[in-house]
Amino acid sequence: MLELIVISTLNGVLFGMLLFLLSSGLTVIFSMMGVLNFAHASFYMLGAFFGFQLTKWIGFWPALVLAPLLVGAIGMAVERYGLRNTHKHGHVAELLLTFGLAFAIEEIVSMIWGKSPVDYRVPTLLDFPAFTIFSTNYPAYKLFMLAVSIVIFIALLIVLKRTRVGLIVQAALTHPHMVGHLGHNVGRVFMAVFGVGSALAGLAGVIAGPALVTQSDMAAALGPILFVVIVFGGLGSLPGAFIASLVIGLVQTFAVALDGSLASAFGPLDPSAGPSVLTDIWNVTIAQVAPIVPYLLLVIILIVRPMGLMGTRES
Amino acid sequence: MRKLTLAIAVIAPMLGQAASAEDTIKIGYIDPLSGGGASVGEGGLKTFQYLAEEMNAKGGILGKKIEIVGLDNKTNPQESLVQAQKAIDSGVRFITQGNGSSVAAALSDFVTKNNTRNPGKEVLYFNYAAVDPSLTNDKCSYWHFRWDAGSDIKMEALTNYMKDTPSIKKVYLINQDYSFGQSVRTDARKMLGAKRPDVQIVGDELHPLLKVTDFSPYIAKIKASGADSVVTGNWGQDIALLLKAAADAGLKVNWYTYYAGGAGGPTAIKQTGLDHQVFQITEGFANSGNQSAMDFEKVFRAKVGLSLWYPRAVNEMRMFKAAAEKANSIDPVKVAAALEDLKFEVLDGGQGVMRKDDHQFFQPIYISSFGKLAANEPFDEENTGWGWHLVSKVDTAQAMVSTTCKMARP
Repeated sequence: MLELIVISTLNGVLFGMLLFLLSSGLTVIFSMMGVLNFAHASFYMLGAFFGFQLTKWIGFWPALVLAPLLVGAIGMAVERYGLRNTHKHGHVAELLLTFGLAFAIEEIVSMIWGKSPVDYRVPTLLDFPAFTIFSTNYPAYKLFMLAVSIVIFIALLIVLKRTRVGLIVQAALTHPHMVGHLGHNVGRVFMAVFGVGSALAGLAGVIAGPALVTQSDMAAALGPILFVVIVFGGLGSLPGAFIASLVIGLVQTFAVALDGSLASAFGPLDPSAGPSVLTDIWNVTIAQVAPIVPYLLLVIILIVRPMGLMGTRES
Repeated sequence: MRKLTLAIAVIAPMLGQAASAEDTIKIGYIDPLSGGGASVGEGGLKTFQYLAEEMNAKGGILGKKIEIVGLDNKTNPQESLVQAQKAIDSGVRFITQGNGSSVAAALSDFVTKNNTRNPGKEVLYFNYAAVDPSLTNDKCSYWHFRWDAGSDIKMEALTNYMKDTPSIKKVYLINQDYSFGQSVRTDARKMLGAKRPDVQIVGDELHPLLKVTDFSPYIAKIKASGADSVVTGNWGQDIALLLKAAADAGLKVNWYTYYAGGAGGPTAIKQTGLDHQVFQITEGFANSGNQSAMDFEKVFRAKVGLSLWYPRAVNEMRMFKAAAEKANSIDPVKVAAALEDLKFEVLDGGQGVMRKDDHQFFQPIYISSFGKLAANEPFDEENTGWGWHLVSKVDTAQAMVSTTCKMARP
């Protein structure tokens, strides 16, 4: 049992940190610009495919740096030439733009790389078990993913809390007009934030690609979870996104790890023993429910605390 | 004059097309060409295209060329029906599908309704891989023919082998959460319980179909359960990723699988280092020892660049040809009648029969294990240097199971 708990915790934290890499950018973009970027998960996918392609051409390590930069550049271009132009038509236009973009990116990716998974391998340098815990190997690559996520998290924290850039960004989060009146180029701040947010999503894609599956529907599979994370954590709150990412990562992993159903909670009085049309429902295990648990959390948090875990405002 | 040339230029190709449509037999291939099932779906498409080419080179069926029309159903029953309708509207009278029993049930029902509503425009459904037993039992249809052994037949053979392996003490079941996965788990529980009551089932897992991208939480659970053997009906990326996660975690168990030989499976097994500890059950495999099958495999690999995952596809296409020639017609109604009780020498040797009662094809079944190759085994998989090795063979007569099908005949 202890073994299961330790391994599940490691797996859960890893998945959580990956979610955080994605949601950090999304939540900052949202609170600054008021735009829920539907294409954010698509940038994650682009990162994975760029990573795959660049790995083939120039190797994994240069790809690890170049692919996120490329995705960041695309993100900046989207902000500069897309969102900024639609901004004057209101949020709905911006929302629709990112919505359309998500579909366009998915189609383009499947046109270039096909619809089936590409063979994106873990670099040989990291293809070994890092350590063995209770006779279960923990792959070095996963440890590497964890390390990258933690480094990014700390770097993000330092930039936002300890530097002048962070000061302006934080101010623009809550009072964009005031920041503009103080003489800062809010447009450029927006563009930079959008670029960095996209680059982070791209980085998540590059490192997650070999561990998970790199294919053209990976954005659609992850997108909904991201919205759960940022709503759960509180729109615009970085610490909130961090906590929510970890909670969702752990909840999903442990839900898989746990056995037990509604029926087993009653012990010897197991209601499913009697004939009933509800037998199936009694016997559904927690593991089977695992995929919907995040959405259940979303509904509950919206009822109990609409501004999210650490959110400060309601919209 | 100019107008006339223009008219000819426009009309002539149309005539040509109409003529060629008369001379071709279109087979609608409805399977995943995107998403989690795409790796196997594309392999299947290439297999059928190769078989069509091979047949066309030898004069086709009754002098008509065969054309395979690939249609992407995204492993989704709803999407499959849209694609099937599209295919029928474009003149397809034969449909083939394999990946996903949920899809198969929907298609079988759709084809049956279509044929009742449109007499004279019947469509046949050739199922090459959807193995949920209900398709040839309570949900059986006259218009549906299955070339793969049903899941109950496979589990019967697999448990017969497991019965004689005393080292099996603790079994873990992990399957996809839909009709097929559920039938694997219930059959495994029932048959293991009857044949080896001493075996303990330490886990019984159902996971979402083709949605899981990282199986490590499941592997951790298998590990914690202390299982020595895992039984799984997983296919597509679900088996490849499951084995990959097992390799990463260093899980050392015996695997009893239906589809470990599919795309990505062999690579992952090699990575686990489990030499002849992963078993699969099929109607044929590369190193079966049958000379003509091995010759076919060699040419197939050279041309298509894949291993032949579906010997049953070969049987399906060749039997289609045999039935059409027997009926001397490509009218689906006549072909269906000719297929009933048709006996056929299968690719890997031995006689099979398409049983009239339920339209299930019965054939010899093989259990093979994956590992280092012996001298007389020329074929490896996915360039791993390892390949499939014969463990046990079940003859057609022993692979027969009873059916509850009450077939409604036209």
